[in-house]
Amino acid sequence: MFTFEYFLSQLVNGLKLGSVYAMVAIGYSMVYGILRLINFAHGDIMTVGVYTILVLTTAFGMPLWITVLISIIISVLVGLTAERVAYRPLRDAGEETTLISSLAVSILIQNLLVMIFSPQRVAFHLPEYLSKLYTFGTVRLSTINIITFISVFVILILLSYMIKYTRIGMAMRACSDNMNAAKLMGININTVVVVAFIIGSGLAALSGLMLAGEYKTIDPLMGFVPGLKAFSAAVLGGIGSLSGAVLGGFILGVAEMLFAGLMPTEITPYRDAFVFLLLILVLLIKPNGILGSSDGGRS
Amino acid sequence: MKLRESNLFRFISFVLIPLTIIVYAGFDRGGYYTGLINLVGINIILVASLNLVNGFSGMFSMGHAAFMAIGAYASAMLTLSEVQKLTLMPGLPEWLMALVLPFPITLLIGGIFAAIVALFIGFPVLRFKGHYLSVATIGLIIIVRAVLDNEDQLTNGARGITGLSSHSSTWIIFAIAIIFMFILHRLLNSAYGRGLIAMRDDYTAAQTLGVNLTTKKLSAFCISAFMAGVGGGLWAHMINVISGKFFYIEYSFKIVETSIIGGMYSISGSVIGSILMTYIPELLAPLENGLKIFGTRLPELYGISNIILAVLLIIIIIFRRQGIMGYSEIITESIFSIDTYKSVFQKQEYYKLLKIVGYKIKRIGSIPGYISNRILNRDNKEGK
Amino acid sequence: MLKINNLCVKYDTIRAVHDVSIKINDGELVAMIGANGAGKSTILKTISRIIKAESGSIFFNGKDITKSTSHEIVAMGIIHVPEGRQIFTKMTIEENLKLGAFLENNKSKINENFEKAISLFPLLEERLKQIAGTLSGGEQQMLAIGRALMGSPKLLLLDEPSMGLSPLMTQQVFDALLQLKKEGITMLLVEQNAYDAMEISDRTYILETGKITMSGNSKELIEDPNIKAAYLGGE
Repeated sequence: MFTFEYFLSQLVNGLKLGSVYAMVAIGYSMVYGILRLINFAHGDIMTVGVYTILVLTTAFGMPLWITVLISIIISVLVGLTAERVAYRPLRDAGEETTLISSLAVSILIQNLLVMIFSPQRVAFHLPEYLSKLYTFGTVRLSTINIITFISVFVILILLSYMIKYTRIGMAMRACSDNMNAAKLMGININTVVVVAFIIGSGLAALSGLMLAGEYKTIDPLMGFVPGLKAFSAAVLGGIGSLSGAVLGGFILGVAEMLFAGLMPTEITPYRDAFVFLLLILVLLIKPNGILGSSDGGRS
Repeated sequence: MKLRESNLFRFISFVLIPLTIIVYAGFDRGGYYTGLINLVGINIILVASLNLVNGFSGMFSMGHAAFMAIGAYASAMLTLSEVQKLTLMPGLPEWLMALVLPFPITLLIGGIFAAIVALFIGFPVLRFKGHYLSVATIGLIIIVRAVLDNEDQLTNGARGITGLSSHSSTWIIFAIAIIFMFILHRLLNSAYGRGLIAMRDDYTAAQTLGVNLTTKKLSAFCISAFMAGVGGGLWAHMINVISGKFFYIEYSFKIVETSIIGGMYSISGSVIGSILMTYIPELLAPLENGLKIFGTRLPELYGISNIILAVLLIIIIIFRRQGIMGYSEIITESIFSIDTYKSVFQKQEYYKLLKIVGYKIKRIGSIPGYISNRILNRDNKEGK
Repeated sequence: MLKINNLCVKYDTIRAVHDVSIKINDGELVAMIGANGAGKSTILKTISRIIKAESGSIFFNGKDITKSTSHEIVAMGIIHVPEGRQIFTKMTIEENLKLGAFLENNKSKINENFEKAISLFPLLEERLKQIAGTLSGGEQQMLAIGRALMGSPKLLLLDEPSMGLSPLMTQQVFDALLQLKKEGITMLLVEQNAYDAMEISDRTYILETGKITMSGNSKELIEDPNIKAAYLGGE
């Protein structure tokens, strides 16, 4: 039943998903660009943010905007702690070492959440004004979808401006280009890294809100696979490039949704596999990604 | 004089004691500790094979569980009876339905199958740079699981395969573990192994040695996958149930964790790592279920063993990257060296061991004396 | 200005620098020469704190900087022009220069430094918008030095500026260094090109396998027969 309407609705779904991927991918790209670190724990920071919101809303009945604010703060704190404890000591070690460390942090966060909450899925409901649905034929959009979508671009513009015109942005570009030289310019690498982690973690928390609202349930492991997909998106678009991350995020989201919607039902459960197959293909054909800038998967 | 230099000591710690434990477990089928010991044996196979790739070849694969899964399912398809296969896997071709093979052969086939998949995957993927390779291997796990969960007709989907017979006895597990360790030990001490290590340490330089590096990487990858496949088959026939979720990211990460903590640059490390990783969760199990201390019930700390292991991993990766064993191969060297066994029959070895032990006792024994001396001296000083 | 006392530096388990003591006075151009692997670059890297010293101390204008961080050291006015240039290859010449003045807040000072840099290396001005990665070796070296000048250096550490450069380029670079010397900038020059280095420097230290084997007035050392044989290609 491949009507244009159906195609359109899947496209829109893809853009919805893509906004989440894009937001997380920006964080990934930023950290990778500076540190050459694939932060596996990034997706789990999203989970932390979401659980914070849940706890604060249900246990304390706080209005949503405060919980979002606090969840961003907590996510940032978690991210910074991970950086300080598990990544900074390894800054001069090889890439694989930091990869292992980020893996350990990811396991740590997941299990802490399992321990504090339970491994069971928990219901998550967005307040009325956010989950209000707008229907255009088969296309369904809720307020939060629209907000997230627009936010991605606003954030992209803001960050691009920051990178190009502010001092800290220049420092970030320098670190990404040549960290040793950046040190010799008097740039405090630790500060730059901290800023990157703050931005990345904050964005992850925000994107979690939409993801949780969309699926209406959350569980401690929910962030990991989307996080990984967001990383794929970042690679697809060109890792190290912010606009690449956004582009990759949307392309991946749309591709995944079109795959899920248009493929015969026998194949649709393979959507996760499809995403990773896509990643491997991109790495093979164009390791620097679409808007490729830094050193992609060269051997 | 160090204890570890005594061949007799090595014999006792690395041959006699483990052998006794294995024999005990072997005769105590179904016993509680037997299950744990079997698990250690299988983990040794898995981790040692992973070390070949991660520690010795300069690659970093995180997808080991995928090869386990392939071996497990392949072996299951060949040990189940026709009746079982009709119910669980109706989509299998007729000849496969009727085919039932003896367990050891199914293990072999499972391993070969895993190695073949490794060959196909490895071709494109092994040329990726460092951590991109690692992410690709995670992708492999996800893809494999997707196949296992969705090809209902062939794999019974997410429900998994149940009713596998307990073919994995302690004997067969450890026999295979020792054989594999021996193979790895010989491989790594040969020109092939030295080439691998050269490739790990300096990729560019190794290229100039006229070694075809892609072939080398691929061969190590396939050997490792083969062993993992066999390990998977053993595992399947120990816990009697398999499904996609067992061979997923958490388990694969666990194997990697074990490899690193034990020491990924050493085959002996797989032994230490496996022992630790099997027993620490065991020890902590009461905490997970809510321990009772002094009459109060602690809350269920579900997941605490994972947390502690993750913290251990971070500590090790920061402070002692080479893991507990480091580069030492003392266990494999002891087991596979003829001197260790000869020492049982050599009188001087017994004397040597006694001397070392005596020396150690003297050192320990002198501690109380040392302490009391300091106390006495202090008293004297104050007395003055 | 700079005083290094009994410096020992280790790379993993290998000691690269043994008990080295060096002194640099204001306005001097001091050269450090020696064979490959003698430890010269290591000393510079230890001063700018890219590497940590094992033992020993470094004093700058009386202040102990042995444990300072890299960015603090730059803030104090010690600027390191590293081995291999290490320019920001993805950025333009202009951006590279701007980064050199990262710690400088005073706009007019930045402009002043900028004018100085391009007066010393006019070709930089022609190509301000060019991506630095496309420059030749010699041009990159000039960019690297220009960039260092942007930071108002009190002490300039130069690590093998002539490396990989054609003789013509090398000459241009050394001419520029002489110019800087005339302007009173203190410099520590590490070089494999012993002759050129000793020609323009006031004093020279000679380093062999991590130890200082000789030091003294450059003009005298240049005539020394042993030095001639070992580093200057004989007679």
